[in-house]
Amino acid sequence: MREEQDIKQWFEHEVTGVLDDLYGAALRLAKNPADAEDLVGEAVARAFGNLHTLNDRQAFRGWIFRILSNCFITECRKRKTRAEMSLNGDDASDDGEFWLFDKLHQPFLLWWGNPEQEFLNSLLRDDLIKALDGLPENFRIVLVLAEVEGFNYQDIAGILEVPVGTVRSRLSRARSLLQKALWQHAKDRGITTEPTKDLNRQDTL
Amino acid sequence: MSNDMSNTTSTNNPSDKNTIDCEEALKRLFEYIDHELHGRRHEEMEDHMSKCRSCYSRLEFEKRLQQHLKNATEQKAPQELQNKIKKLIHKL
Ligand SMILES: [Zn+2]
Repeated sequence: MREEQDIKQWFEHEVTGVLDDLYGAALRLAKNPADAEDLVGEAVARAFGNLHTLNDRQAFRGWIFRILSNCFITECRKRKTRAEMSLNGDDASDDGEFWLFDKLHQPFLLWWGNPEQEFLNSLLRDDLIKALDGLPENFRIVLVLAEVEGFNYQDIAGILEVPVGTVRSRLSRARSLLQKALWQHAKDRGITTEPTKDLNRQDTL
Repeated sequence: MSNDMSNTTSTNNPSDKNTIDCEEALKRLFEYIDHELHGRRHEEMEDHMSKCRSCYSRLEFEKRLQQHLKNATEQKAPQELQNKIKKLIHKL
């Protein structure tokens, strides 16, 4: 009994230490506070029930994130039809890579100052959240683990139970998709224009 | 050939073991930012970044973008959730 109390106390201490991180990740996975809280609650309950699978107490953070990810993925599968799930495959999205730097770092734009800096300055928290939330789950989850939670590739491979090579390629794809979405949001807000088109139009006028 | 930006390499020979081109640097860029490169692959990037202004600006841009994303997503768990989790653990 005494030992059981000690374990519980230790568990509570560990959970408290990672709660902000768990909630932050859950919020970007579930996309709303109510579902994020449910997701964290479920992960904590499941973690306690599976405490015997934690071999190394030092590895608590990665271990509980694995449980959180699994809860999320299971929940997604329950909610979605097969067709929707298949959209989340690794080769789901269309064309090639997209990098903001290539869009911004053009001679035409460079005449006016520092387009990269201006773009970054104009980015709103909302733009970033929208772009991230719009990504398919597979890509969103890997980006959250790497960029938000700061896990290394090996840890992410363990959390998602996929090979390191898959983490690397998914992460690269996720970043490209995120940047494409950011560019789209910026265009929608009128921050960027297609420079080459405008230039051509002016030339012909 | 002038090499005013760095004197870390002893030779300007492009086949020097520390030399990679921009294409290769770009391929490794995110692994470099993520601290996933080690040994020679890391040194080659350091060397390239110290000499190539274009790749260096790209590196800085990507790092700043990452920082923006990190700041935007930083979130504290609501007090209410902290209480709920405590209660939950006691019931488990
Ligand atoms: Zn270069």
